[in-house]
Amino acid sequence: MKINVKVNGTAYSHDVEPRTLLVHYLRDTLRLTGTHVGCDTSGCGACTIHLDGKAVKSCTLLAVQADGCEVTTIEGLATNGNLHPLQEGFHQEHGLQCGFCTPGMIMTAADLLKHNPKPSEAEIRHALEGNICRCTGYHNIVKSIQYASEKM
Amino acid sequence: MTATKYIGKSIKRVEDKRFITGKANYTDDIVLPGMTYGAFVRSPYANAKVKKVDISKAKAMPGVVAIYTGADVAAVNGVPCGWQVNFKNGATMKEPKHPLLVADRTRHVGDPVAFVIAESRAEAKDAVEAVAVDYEKLSCVTDPAEAVKPGAPLVHDDVPNNICFDWELGNPKSEVDAAMSKASHITTLEFTNQRLVPNAMEPRSYIGSYDPINDKYTLYTSTQNPHLIRLLMCAFVLGLPEHKVRVVGPDVGGGFGSKIYHYTEEALVTWCSNKIGRPIKWTAERTESFLLDAHGRDHRTKAEMGFDKDGKIVALRVKTHANLGAYLSTFASCVPTYLHGTLLQGLYTTPKINVDVTGVFTHTNAVDAYRGAGRPEATYILERLLDLGALEMGKDPAELRQLNFIPPFDGVKQPGYQTQVALQYDSGNYEGVLKKGLEAFNYKDFRKRQKEAAKSGKILGVGISTYIEACGIAPSAVVGSLGARAGLYEVGQVRVQPTGKVSVYTGSHSHGQGHETTFSQLVADRLGIAMEDVEIIHGDSESVAFGMGTYGSRSLAVGGSAIVKSIDKIIEKGKKIAAHKLEASADDIDFADGRFTIKGTSKSLGFGDIALTAYVPHVYPKDLEPGLDFSSFYDPANFTYPFGCHIAEVEIDKETGKVTLTRFVAVDDVGTVINPMIVEGQIHGGVAQGVGQALFEGTIYDDEGNLTNPSFMDYCMPRADDLPMFETGSQVTPCPHNPIGAKGAGEAGCIGSTPAVVNAVIDALWSAGKKVKDIHMPLTPERVWSALQ
Repeated sequence: MKINVKVNGTAYSHDVEPRTLLVHYLRDTLRLTGTHVGCDTSGCGACTIHLDGKAVKSCTLLAVQADGCEVTTIEGLATNGNLHPLQEGFHQEHGLQCGFCTPGMIMTAADLLKHNPKPSEAEIRHALEGNICRCTGYHNIVKSIQYASEKM
Repeated sequence: MTATKYIGKSIKRVEDKRFITGKANYTDDIVLPGMTYGAFVRSPYANAKVKKVDISKAKAMPGVVAIYTGADVAAVNGVPCGWQVNFKNGATMKEPKHPLLVADRTRHVGDPVAFVIAESRAEAKDAVEAVAVDYEKLSCVTDPAEAVKPGAPLVHDDVPNNICFDWELGNPKSEVDAAMSKASHITTLEFTNQRLVPNAMEPRSYIGSYDPINDKYTLYTSTQNPHLIRLLMCAFVLGLPEHKVRVVGPDVGGGFGSKIYHYTEEALVTWCSNKIGRPIKWTAERTESFLLDAHGRDHRTKAEMGFDKDGKIVALRVKTHANLGAYLSTFASCVPTYLHGTLLQGLYTTPKINVDVTGVFTHTNAVDAYRGAGRPEATYILERLLDLGALEMGKDPAELRQLNFIPPFDGVKQPGYQTQVALQYDSGNYEGVLKKGLEAFNYKDFRKRQKEAAKSGKILGVGISTYIEACGIAPSAVVGSLGARAGLYEVGQVRVQPTGKVSVYTGSHSHGQGHETTFSQLVADRLGIAMEDVEIIHGDSESVAFGMGTYGSRSLAVGGSAIVKSIDKIIEKGKKIAAHKLEASADDIDFADGRFTIKGTSKSLGFGDIALTAYVPHVYPKDLEPGLDFSSFYDPANFTYPFGCHIAEVEIDKETGKVTLTRFVAVDDVGTVINPMIVEGQIHGGVAQGVGQALFEGTIYDDEGNLTNPSFMDYCMPRADDLPMFETGSQVTPCPHNPIGAKGAGEAGCIGSTPAVVNAVIDALWSAGKKVKDIHMPLTPERVWSALQ
């Protein structure tokens, strides 16, 4: 099936197998490998992207469902070479170790801050319930998001 | 002495940028020209005869390139075990073959029966569905205590009673029994230290590739130790010449032990890449990670601690059945023995200790080192017994520990402490961390708060754990005598470029630990240069001479020390070059802050001048080689012994039994710290995993040998809203036997935290009048609620 999708500001048109997951389209066809596959049950959040401005798990969607949509991935978050405040926050507050969950964490947090610019610690933790990190114990991820919240 | 510009400072990580911008390079991100994709046909039965494998239909399916079955690899060796443990009678442990694909018998759910290679991931999976396997299902056993009983189903027909080894350490049983019989109080616990799934967020991924022109293989692998994988795969499995095999561990998304081992899939993609003449990628799906990444823990233990009337420990007796799974993973045999039994002295002066371990095969996935590896199991035994003993005897658990601590020793003026279980501790100040922990927690006011909370219907509890662990396992000669089939040194090469920039090649492997930052800090400070002028290279057997990798919290203590050895050689040679140019004796040259100076004068040359001279040796000592590039092997004199005090506070919801971790204080002494931010991060992550074991995690096998919770929907991983902010503190007792003073921080959090949390729950229950001794981990709401009734 043919799809038209705008990813990180660039328009693409591709023929895809109907069963292709959006995450595989992004990774395999567009070679945007910053979006990761960490599980097969939409449980880990490593594949989180923005679809028309909303954080979604790209392993839960078929590529054909993104037809006509705008997608933002971690690669498209920085603007004009300037890191997004969340990217800066994760660096400043040591919010990542192995880095595998990080793109998903950042994309989820970006959605949170859009709707709730000054979240409490509890609200941050609640917003991350669909994203698993095995390295940090979340302590510094929370601080990273608080850092970005202050900056934004 | 060079002033420290970087060491001890929380420098932000230099490797972060690629991870936060989506530009990291994990194995699954790599695409090679002509690459194919692999998928496995895996056994749905824990124990079954494989009567027939029919691949004819699958082979004809679109995109299928090749299919291999157990018969095809029958002549290929299995993956080896790297540590030999002997039976008490001296016989060698049982080591059944662990084949790349099974031919006639499956021994756990997920055992691979066929490997399908196709043009795409989807086509490979389609073809897997079309492979028809005729199984004859047999009965199975999953519990190690059951597996040793007469008549239990056998995992391997030639391993009687499923016993891989039996083993003991410490004082003779008769002496321990005698000491125990004189105890005025004996605290006993019988429990399961449950099986855990490591769950690194990056699933294992491998790409095998073969270049027929140069007869050369490349394996990309999400591993913690590329050189070790190359050695094991070449020498023991595939019989390939090592110089014709390149192993690359690119960015790796967490390991926690599970990516130490040489897995069958690594060897299989490498072997098949030659057969089909094209690269093959296999990436585990999360279900496969749950089923097949080597699991951790799984001990059935009876432990008894005897106290005299004052509370001094007089004896410790431990009997454990350790579940090894169906096959021996790379280090499976040393975890319940040399990494568990040897830690049962803890921080205490216990005079008589005996530990008896039976290693048992069952029809389950392999069990091996998972963050902490044996030390969490040992710490859990000791710290649970101490807190429970305190409750039973009506003593304060902090005071009971204080009474039993080994007194402080620095390992220099005072000798190391010889334990009853084979180790000699390097240096320690155990009462120091306890004191700091109690103060940070405000322990003295806790009982008052607990009583006040009880008045408003809340059940609070406090739990303490004071742990010791052993890192940087070494020296090679000693571990060799204990059964290790590898050396446990590390390699560090420091190459000074002609312009004075420095490339460092380390055999350590970072999969989240921040080596590119910590090692740069270390090198820059020692050479008196800017951190930006140092590059850390790791993970590729083609660029790094050799290496033993990263596990057992060894990178800084062992890998860092190898780098320091090379730096020392650089400085020594630099002094000779400087002396020649400055017309002085090398003995009269000092090196500090990046300058070589004639003692007592202002005549000096910079590091950059010396580097350039070494490569443009026009004015140069006659008897000295050009160049400034040294490689060193560092084999430590001893293990290192980090220790610490963890204190947990929990609140139990009376109505539901839900445990909330309200506070967690961790005071860890990991020796000299290079980057406190990174060390704290390691502690946070370790604590979260330890809390995960206490409250949330655990495999559930049914009677048929099925893992019934093999997904993130079913296996409860700690999430952000399950945990509080952690309160960390530190104490520094340098390691006396390595040049950095570092002891290791990677596993400490995971070792200390689990018993602290469980102790806190038990304390809470006792405060509510429920004098329970134990609740099986994880302490789910249902189990805690039941204990409250």
